[in-house]
Amino acid sequence: MADFETPELDDYTRTPGLAPGAMAHSQPFIAAPDHQQALGFPGELVDDWHDKAIAKFGELLGKYRSLRVYMDICVGCGACTDKCHYFLGTGDPKNMPVARQDLMRKVYRRHFTLAGKWFPHLVGAEDLTEAVLDDWYTYFHQCSQCRRCSVFCPYGIDTAEISMAAREIMDSIGKGQKYCNEIIGKVIKTGNNLGIPQPALAATLADLEEDIEEETGVAVKLPLDQPGAEVLVVTPSADFFAEPHVDGLIGYAKVFHQAGTSWTLSTHASEAANFAMFIGSYEQMRQVAERIRQAAEDLGVKRIIVGECGHAWRVAYSFWNTLVGPFDFLDPDYPAPQHICEFTHDLISRGALTLDKSANDHMTLTYHDSCNVARASRMGPEPGGQFHYPREIIKAVCNNFVDMAAETIHDGTYCCGGGGGLLTDDLLELRVKGAKPRMEAFKAVADEQGVTHMAAICAICKSQFAKVMPAYGYGMDKIVSLHQLVSNAIVLEGQNGEDDDPEDDAPAVEDSSDE
Amino acid sequence: MLTAVFAILLYLATLVLVGGLGLRIWQYASTPAPLKIPTTPAPTTTPGVVLRLAREVVLFESLFRSNKWTWLFGWMFHAALLLALLRHLRYGIEPVWTWVVWVQPFGKYAAFAMIAGLAGLWLRRIAVDRVRYISRPADHLLLLLLILITLSGLGMGYVAPTDIVGLKAFVLGLIYFDWQPLPADPLLLLHLALVAALMAVFPFSKLLHAPGVFFSPTRNQADDPRERRHVTAAFEASYRDG
Ligand code: SF4
Ligand code: SF4
Repeated sequence: MADFETPELDDYTRTPGLAPGAMAHSQPFIAAPDHQQALGFPGELVDDWHDKAIAKFGELLGKYRSLRVYMDICVGCGACTDKCHYFLGTGDPKNMPVARQDLMRKVYRRHFTLAGKWFPHLVGAEDLTEAVLDDWYTYFHQCSQCRRCSVFCPYGIDTAEISMAAREIMDSIGKGQKYCNEIIGKVIKTGNNLGIPQPALAATLADLEEDIEEETGVAVKLPLDQPGAEVLVVTPSADFFAEPHVDGLIGYAKVFHQAGTSWTLSTHASEAANFAMFIGSYEQMRQVAERIRQAAEDLGVKRIIVGECGHAWRVAYSFWNTLVGPFDFLDPDYPAPQHICEFTHDLISRGALTLDKSANDHMTLTYHDSCNVARASRMGPEPGGQFHYPREIIKAVCNNFVDMAAETIHDGTYCCGGGGGLLTDDLLELRVKGAKPRMEAFKAVADEQGVTHMAAICAICKSQFAKVMPAYGYGMDKIVSLHQLVSNAIVLEGQNGEDDDPEDDAPAVEDSSDE
Repeated sequence: MLTAVFAILLYLATLVLVGGLGLRIWQYASTPAPLKIPTTPAPTTTPGVVLRLAREVVLFESLFRSNKWTWLFGWMFHAALLLALLRHLRYGIEPVWTWVVWVQPFGKYAAFAMIAGLAGLWLRRIAVDRVRYISRPADHLLLLLLILITLSGLGMGYVAPTDIVGLKAFVLGLIYFDWQPLPADPLLLLHLALVAALMAVFPFSKLLHAPGVFFSPTRNQADDPRERRHVTAAFEASYRDG
């Protein structure tokens, strides 16, 4: 990959001038034939790709109302042009959401509208040439499907829907992306994205139990495949070993321990992530989700709780019921599924957790809303709960919390730059540049209000920030898991050096992740 | 002869508009929305969704949030267009409803607001590099068409008044299939011909945003996937049996 320069951070995010072609060289590795075929896609670009692609396009237009309507109704008002973090970070005009859509729309016009057939130049219609297909591969892999553009479009046009359809078409003609398709193959085969087999997973969890006991003196369990547990926890596999994810997992374990709720992880469903969403394949998405339903039924649990993961929460919250529901075998007193933040938030608001906020006094926190949580899901009964629950948890476990600028949080949040199946090293330049708007908002609160760390509830965000924050001069440990903060603050019964009244006690929990 | 040409032209334009729009709307309505994809935070109930759509359609809520200038020009144009259209009702109704009478003075000035709004939008399209980049010839032509329609209408209001009584008789004649002579006034003929053109391109152009916004799943779905299982027949057929 070409060398590149990390952009300079501004005091706030300015809209760049147009730099045509600035990111034209950025393409992810193409999927190898066996990764393609494992998912039922052609191994390589088929000979009659043009006709196949157009036929697939037509099929999708009949299948997805979003695509059908969005191809027609864009008025080119330009309101979305300065809303995409990839445009803001690169200046490449094809990263403006409407221009990205137009890559597909021009083919739609040419093949599916009268105006485009009769007056192609007038309406900007174009045939699907090799160059256009190449543009598709380039720029539909520069969209993290974060939906920020959809918030600001007067008709809610969601470029994520269009990217998904474009990737679906490309998969169907043998032009798939390596990173996503390899991972989907793995999760279907071994149960998780990383391909960790059961014995390795069991050993990892046993190690973590030992670590917690060493540190706290309390035997906190991380049960695996335990039939009859009340709760099945499904979490991104990064939680099993990567920093800072694993500290979040320890946090969940401590919360369950103190709540006295029995829970279990599952080998068969040792992955919350569902990358099939990124490639727009509902069939793969259903298969990946089906494992979780199966695991829940086999283990006989009453509830399913999803760990810290953004797109996984979207799939679980918004799609599971449709794809693999109904969940009528679960306890109807709880929403199915639940987010770990909903679980913890409920305990905190009932006063069921013993917390010592001062354990997090060495940090001043801010919170990064993950796109899929913010713009494609909810927590709790009220709209917007997805913004308040995580913040209320942080404020309950930390003394120092500062929000970033209003237009960069809640549903205006900037993507971390690594979502939507782009979290791969072959797209590193894109990831670094795409993180610029978020980094600028972070820098502002770091400089002015002494913020030291940023919490997130998404495995992709955490991995992405751990990788790109160093490029902007911040340590990779500046990104923390939300439940890592809970873990620091929670005071377990019988914990080392803990007397009966934690209120007036010195911080008891050592923060292992944050030297 | 002139009357017949324009009568047929307007009938055809109406046919294309109604038929084309009907076809598109049927297409939108019959294409399934297999998954729940509202942009959140979204209302959790149907009345909430109706309110959200109403705010979008009446106030251009999302556009207001994204770009104040585009909102200002766009909203000004659309609101004025509505007034102007209401004002035109008087040509097709006899006796004229009272509220249409009340609208008249506002409708008269609305044309100026339309021009201002259209000019603002056009200026942005030319002057802002990002908007210029995404503009197609058709975008400019549509603006030109709307401006010419408004100007020709304004001309009849302020410069060369046309025979309103004759025009009304012509319009009523069209409606009741009892043709009456059309006043042969060049501005009027231009106005009518341009309007016919606008009606005819409507179902084939981005003007489809008018019906389309109501079918946008990110705006018209309630956020209740956990509470209610959302399944379309097409989804059930293609995924559960397979
Ligand atoms: S905001 Fe919506 S309508 Fe306007 S240019 Fe962007 S996608 Fe098109
Ligand atoms: S979904 Fe996100 S990444 Fe994709 S075009 Fe819209 S703002 Fe950009």
